Parts: sequence; structure tokens; C-alpha cells
Amino acid sequence: MTVRAANAEALRRLLAAEPVLTDCVSAVEAIGLEPGVVLHAGPPIGWQVMCAPVQGAIVGALRYEGWASSEADALELVARGGVRLEPCHHRGAVGPMAGIITRSMPVFVLENRAFGNRACATINEGLGRVLRFGANDETVLARLAWLRDEAGPLLGKALRRSGGIELRTLMAQALQMGDEMHQRNVAASSLFVRALLPSLVREGTGAALERLTDFLAGNDQFFLNLAMAAAKAATDSLLGIPGSTVVAAMARNGAEFGIRVAGCGARWFTAPVNTPEGFFFPGFGPTDANPDLGDSAIVETLGLGGMAMAASPGAARFVGAGGVAEALRITEEMREITLGEHPYFRIPAQGDRGAPVGIDVRRVVTTGITPLINTGIAGRKAGVGQVGAGVVRAPFGCFTAALEALAADDG
Amino acid sequence: MSLETALSKPPRVINIGLDVFALELQAAGVPVIHVDWRPPAAGDPRLLALLERLEGDDEE
Repeated sequence: MTVRAANAEALRRLLAAEPVLTDCVSAVEAIGLEPGVVLHAGPPIGWQVMCAPVQGAIVGALRYEGWASSEADALELVARGGVRLEPCHHRGAVGPMAGIITRSMPVFVLENRAFGNRACATINEGLGRVLRFGANDETVLARLAWLRDEAGPLLGKALRRSGGIELRTLMAQALQMGDEMHQRNVAASSLFVRALLPSLVREGTGAALERLTDFLAGNDQFFLNLAMAAAKAATDSLLGIPGSTVVAAMARNGAEFGIRVAGCGARWFTAPVNTPEGFFFPGFGPTDANPDLGDSAIVETLGLGGMAMAASPGAARFVGAGGVAEALRITEEMREITLGEHPYFRIPAQGDRGAPVGIDVRRVVTTGITPLINTGIAGRKAGVGQVGAGVVRAPFGCFTAALEALAADDG
Repeated sequence: MSLETALSKPPRVINIGLDVFALELQAAGVPVIHVDWRPPAAGDPRLLALLERLEGDDEE
């Protein structure tokens, strides 16, 4: 197969994906997570070189699972090899920021009905002191327990009653309403609650229903994890198309940025991460920023987030990337490194053109333009939480490494 | 066009590559169209060879 034919097939699969949200169950039920396994964001990484927010989140997860009774106990468990660290991506899952998933955590389950593969993502915990930013105090653990014991099971019941929520149409609508689905998800979150509500009110009752609806109504970024799972379901279908130079995943672990390429299967190509720049919340500045972190760049892999900045001038301002003109310019620039336009994800401000999709390693290396990612900025210290929002570039080195492997495979 | 004719009218400039020239001309009030162009793969011969190998595959 020629590179052109392989890339045409990759693009076909990306654009044909039909992610449907079907369930919310524990990670052990969804993906068979074993005791002692902790999934994290980004490409593989060892404990010693993990950044503080990821280490803090792992300590929290070990206490949440009851595998450690204190922070010291958790650190001792890690030190004696009692924990197996694996990327979420290796188990068909994605998680924002630290991206920690352990076996009793509830995860959303999505099916890509075009190709039959599945993807999972955790439930977004909201803002403030949350596990994904490395916080691990009692309030964090109590929220995780509530998600496990009450919110997750109720979401699962409602989703099963609904027969599944088709996310491609919902995401297309949200893009038209000003979301880019990375740093702005208020429209998508609202549309999701609207789609779920009839089933939710029939399955839930009393205080449990009130707690869940309060939680859903109070988190503009609730849909982020679902957008990520939808993108994961779409992009996983690309892995293993011989010769294709299309990017199938982008993810960061706080130390390295990794990409996967359709023609190279599950192999990662990594380079040191950059640190996001942008807008900082009051009391914080650039010196508080953790290096780039999280699986959320999977949405850019599907043409959303920074790639679709033109759809969301509000997000562009929030991440410190300027206003309307700059948002339009960024998406135009991203068109130089992509092979197609998404037929459903259309951008009104660009004459209804589709979002740029199908990042081609060759085009990135040729132009020197790397994908632009919209991102929350985590505090460097575990548990500080989100200190701002900004943009960050994927490092060029990932793409040159992938190009070398593709050329070697080409013979 | 003779040199005298060319210099008798205000210049119309297309700048390709480094934007500093376009910015200087704009600052001096000269109309200029800037083309954002960079050499492929920043001119790196090793990367160009790899790209050529993969691009060549498209031509088969």
C-alpha cells in the first residue's frame, strides 16, 4: 500500500467514527484492571521521574483503593514495587491531567459503532482540589467514593435506560455553539445533561438524584472526559495501517510528550514536554506552571481543541491566545499539517469548513509547524490544582522520531 | 521595464520568508505583502532525505 492510500484509509476511519456513550461501570468491569495496577496519562514513565501532581494523584488513588492507609504507606508500597504503572492508552482509556485510573473507579464506556472498538474515560471531578491535579486529601477521597458508590452507578443506569447517547452529533452541535471541547465545554456539557435528563430522572430519586444533578450543573468541563473518550474511540481505529503517516494519539505525562502514528501501531515517539503559556489565575504566574500533562491532547488528534480554535473565540481568550482574528489564524495554520476536514465538526466562522483533522507527520516535519494544544495548566506542586489555562506546542522531536521509523519501515 | 521606469513609481513589494523585512517596510509606510515561507524541514538534509523516501512512495 502506498503512503497516500494508507493515509486515505486512516482519514476515512477518523471521519467515519461513530462514538456512542453506552455505560458507566467500574474500571475492573470495563477493562479488567487488576489489583495494584495504576493507569496514568501520557506515554510510559517510571515513578522516579514523574512530576509532583502525578505522584500526588497516585498516592491518593492508593489510599482511595485501600491499598495504603497513609501517604507514607503509599510511598513505601511504590518503593517496594507493589504498584504497576501503565499508561491509560495501553488499556483503551484516557484521563485528563494526571489521568489516574484504578480498578474501582467508575469509567464511561464508549463504543465506536463504525468499527466496533471501545474507549473509556473517568468521570470529570470538577475544579478545585481534585485528584487529577494531584490533590489527595479527605475531601478528594470522599468525592471519589461518592462517584464510585452513588454517582457512577446512577449514571450507568441512566445511560443503559437511554440506549446510549450518540456523541458525534452532540459534539458537532457544541462546536457550532462555541466550544472547542478542550478548554471550553459549557455547550457540550449542557447538551449532554439535556440528552441524559429523561433517563436520569426516571432512574434516580431523592437526595442521590439531587446530588448528581447539582454536580452536573456545577461543572462546565464535565464533557471534557467524554470528548476525550470519543476521540480515543475514533483514533484507536487507526492503529496498524501499514505505511500511514497520520497521527493516532498525542499524550503527555508531565515529562515527555508522546505520539502514536497509524503506520507504527502502538509504538510511542517521545520528546521532552514544553510548558504551557497563557492566562494565570490570580495569585499564580508562569513559575507555578507544571510542564505539559494529560491525555486530553487526544481531542486535538481528532481536530478539536487548539486545532478548532476558530470555533471558539471564547476559549482563545481564556487560554491567552488572543481574540477572533488569532483564533482564525491558528486554525488556518493547523490546516497546513492536516490531510482533511471533518465533515461533521464544522466551523461557522470559517464558512462552515470542517475542523482540520488527520495530522500528517510528514507535513509537520516539512513545515516545522507542530500541533497547538489548548490546555489547563496544573500547579507544579501536588494538590494546588489548576493555576491557569494556556496553549502549548507538541515538541518537534516526536515527529522527526516518527518520520525516521516510518522511513525505516518503508525500507 | 527600464531601471528609470521602475524607480519612478512607488515600490510594490512581496516579501518571502523572514518577516522582519516586511515589518521594516510597513513601518516605513511601504505597502508589502508578506508570504510566510520556510525551507522544507528547515533545510535539514537528513530529514529531507527521509521525506523524499516517503513522498516518493506516493508516486508509485
